[in-house]
Amino acid sequence: MEQAEAAEMVVEALRKKLKSKSKFYFNDLSKILGMKPRAAKKYVNKMVEDGVLEYWSSGSTSMYGIPGTGKQAAAEHED
Amino acid sequence: MAKHDTPLLDQLESGPWPSFVSDLKQEAEKRAKNEAGHELQIPVDVVDDLLGILELSFKHGKTHWKHGGIVGVFGYGGGVIGRYCDQPELFPGVAHFHTMRIAQPGAKFYTSDYLRQLTDIWDRRGSGITNMHGSTGDIIFIGTTTPQLEEIYYEISHNMNQDLGGSGSNLRTPADCIGQARCEYACYDTQDLCYNLTMEYQDELHRPAFPYKFKFKFDGCPNGCVAAIARSDMSFIGTWKDDIRIDDEAVKAYVGGEFAPNGGAHADGDWGAFDIQKEIIALCPTGCMKYEDGKLEIDNRECTRCMHCINAMPRALRIGKETGCSILCGAKAPILDGAQMGSLVVPFVEVNADDDYQAIKDVIEPLWDWWMEEGKNRERLGETMKRLGFNALLEATGIAPVPQHVQEPRSNPYIFWKEEEVEGGWTRDIDEFRKDHQR
Ligand code: SF4
Ligand code: SF4
Repeated sequence: MEQAEAAEMVVEALRKKLKSKSKFYFNDLSKILGMKPRAAKKYVNKMVEDGVLEYWSSGSTSMYGIPGTGKQAAAEHED
Repeated sequence: MAKHDTPLLDQLESGPWPSFVSDLKQEAEKRAKNEAGHELQIPVDVVDDLLGILELSFKHGKTHWKHGGIVGVFGYGGGVIGRYCDQPELFPGVAHFHTMRIAQPGAKFYTSDYLRQLTDIWDRRGSGITNMHGSTGDIIFIGTTTPQLEEIYYEISHNMNQDLGGSGSNLRTPADCIGQARCEYACYDTQDLCYNLTMEYQDELHRPAFPYKFKFKFDGCPNGCVAAIARSDMSFIGTWKDDIRIDDEAVKAYVGGEFAPNGGAHADGDWGAFDIQKEIIALCPTGCMKYEDGKLEIDNRECTRCMHCINAMPRALRIGKETGCSILCGAKAPILDGAQMGSLVVPFVEVNADDDYQAIKDVIEPLWDWWMEEGKNRERLGETMKRLGFNALLEATGIAPVPQHVQEPRSNPYIFWKEEEVEGGWTRDIDEFRKDHQR
């Protein structure tokens, strides 16, 4: 799969879910891509590097989201 | 003069114990004076505001820190734990108060010069407050602002050849005991293996893709100075295959009182003369030792390498020569199901630097693949093992079941036969069966 295609798949899937959530586990991303975690990781790393995705963490777990999509408010259960 | 009144915190200083409140007040004063002449890059009153917001939290009975946030420097998905306060007008000094995890040097060996460099950076670019060390092992820098993160990372990486540690759903900073650098009990070079795996698994350390955190710890022997068996998802504990080496003359010297047992560690109390029967033979957990006619014997097949006799008589008893490590998996501190100790997965594996520790990596990687695929979000390896069964882990990693996997007969044999593994399968000739068994 091309990187651009993978990025498009992920962004489209995440945007669809934006109303209900803005932060996603790595597992959610590998499911969207339909890949084993190790293969998905290469694409996901690149998406972060390219600014398509960004990390969020509580310190103990990590999540991914589209940059600037109200992640902090979600963490505090405001939405 | 303190910036904020802190009557509730002040009470914490009144007991007989050392108080973090006193430490913080001292640090606040030190920053205000700035005798070292640092060009302070974050507010001078950061520590005063920390005391202030903590007092407010005590008063309200709730935290004023927001949950989560920024995680790292560019390209890193861990190493920084974002903290923002929700009362920035009242306490501007801690509006941002991020924690940084800095990888500790192997076995926490420092030179004083190195420590000074660390504290200099942190006094200048952070709050000056540290936690040496976090429970994973990292050097924890507590409290700085967003613009300082990249600057600090640049300085520690370029000037000190040091890196950020792990946080979030990453491989966490691997931690090791002092090992062969100083300790005669070490069955392998903990620092070399720890360093090798740290370098090999940089991507796992810095870019989160695990279901949850994952910790490696390396103990050179079963004494477990970094408590690998209790505190790491994967522990590497030194062991040996052959016999404990016995120096008969030295045994006699212990019995005769020439050498103090336990290296003299309990010499401050009067415990009477050393009694080898009572203190060694009777305390061997497997009862595999005897001392008769001035001669010590060990039935090594029964020895579980508990280290007791070696610790008590180190000049007389030494670890065997054929050394390696055991790999245990699934330990964790209490979060969901309570604390769990590691389960023995590989009883003995060679620790071979010459082939880049391949035998160990061959265990790690299939295990990660399995957990990454099967593990639920926020599930530690030990929880996945419990949920799916030890057998599932063995299958996924291709490790053959061995008797050491069985904790005790019948209660948790873990091993289930599959039809294709049993000669003749599950079916039987019913007529044959009926010959001996009535309906
Ligand atoms: S774990 Fe064993 S080898 Fe490591 S420092 Fe402790 S006693 Fe020595
Ligand atoms: S190491 Fe422990 S089990 Fe082994 S002989 Fe010594 S006391 Fe017994």
